[in-house]
Amino acid sequence: MLANPELEAECIRRVIAGERHLFHNLIRPCERSIYLLLLSLLKNEAEAEDAAQETAIKVYLNLHLFRGEAQFRTWVLSIARNEALGRLRKQGIRREESLDAVTDDQTGDYTPAILTSWREVPTAALEQKELGALLRKAIEGLPEIYRNIVLLRDIEEMDIRETATALGISEGAVKVRLHRARAMLQRELAPRLKAFAPKRKGLLWGRA
Amino acid sequence: MRIDCKHVWQHISAYIEGDVDSTLRGEIDKHLETCESCSAVLDSTRNVVILMADDRVFELPAGFSQRLHERIDRELQFGGS
Ligand SMILES: [Zn+2]
Repeated sequence: MLANPELEAECIRRVIAGERHLFHNLIRPCERSIYLLLLSLLKNEAEAEDAAQETAIKVYLNLHLFRGEAQFRTWVLSIARNEALGRLRKQGIRREESLDAVTDDQTGDYTPAILTSWREVPTAALEQKELGALLRKAIEGLPEIYRNIVLLRDIEEMDIRETATALGISEGAVKVRLHRARAMLQRELAPRLKAFAPKRKGLLWGRA
Repeated sequence: MRIDCKHVWQHISAYIEGDVDSTLRGEIDKHLETCESCSAVLDSTRNVVILMADDRVFELPAGFSQRLHERIDRELQFGGS
């Protein structure tokens, strides 16, 4: 919708200059990312929604502070992240910083699920509720530091740099975690997803 | 230099991202030509990545957007400045 940074900058100027209603257009392309990031951090749908609303209001109130060095969405997500961390702190939950150090040192040695070839992507099967549920369950089952990365990079399709900025970690850490997360998902999902793959005659689906 | 399956697995994600140098890419491509299991691992990993990017996988809660914009409207109307 507002992927063009110049249009975005123009829109921001106009909102600040008084055309407040344009703020709706500005925030709309970001709202999914905001929600998914918050859900990943807060792990509670109702609280993620509440925090998303709070984030949108803070973005509006602080719009004059946006300098345009980062992408607008990245800036918005850093506000969302602060909102989530503030809430977690209030609940007495320490998170992220401590997790950062620990888990990256673990060896990423894993054996993927080896299958016979599986080239077709069963996107048509997404019409069936079960496939979506299977994917969501696998993603929810990932350790938090991996789930955050997957949500932003693979589900929201942000680039590595934007993902790193939004989560406040290095690009190197994003790459390492992304690799491990995808490896875990492949192992978990590939054997089951084959059941959804379009069937071809004369082809044996390997042992799962 | 020949690379083995484990080596290929280590670079699968970067390979999908296009984030491996040309030498390594060449080695991996050569390996994939003859190794069916690595080809299958690559395909299935890539398929998982493609599926996750589909908007139908993670839908926002019903009414989320409407409630958000109503809240924004209240702020725009009654908020300061
Ligand atoms: Zn191999």
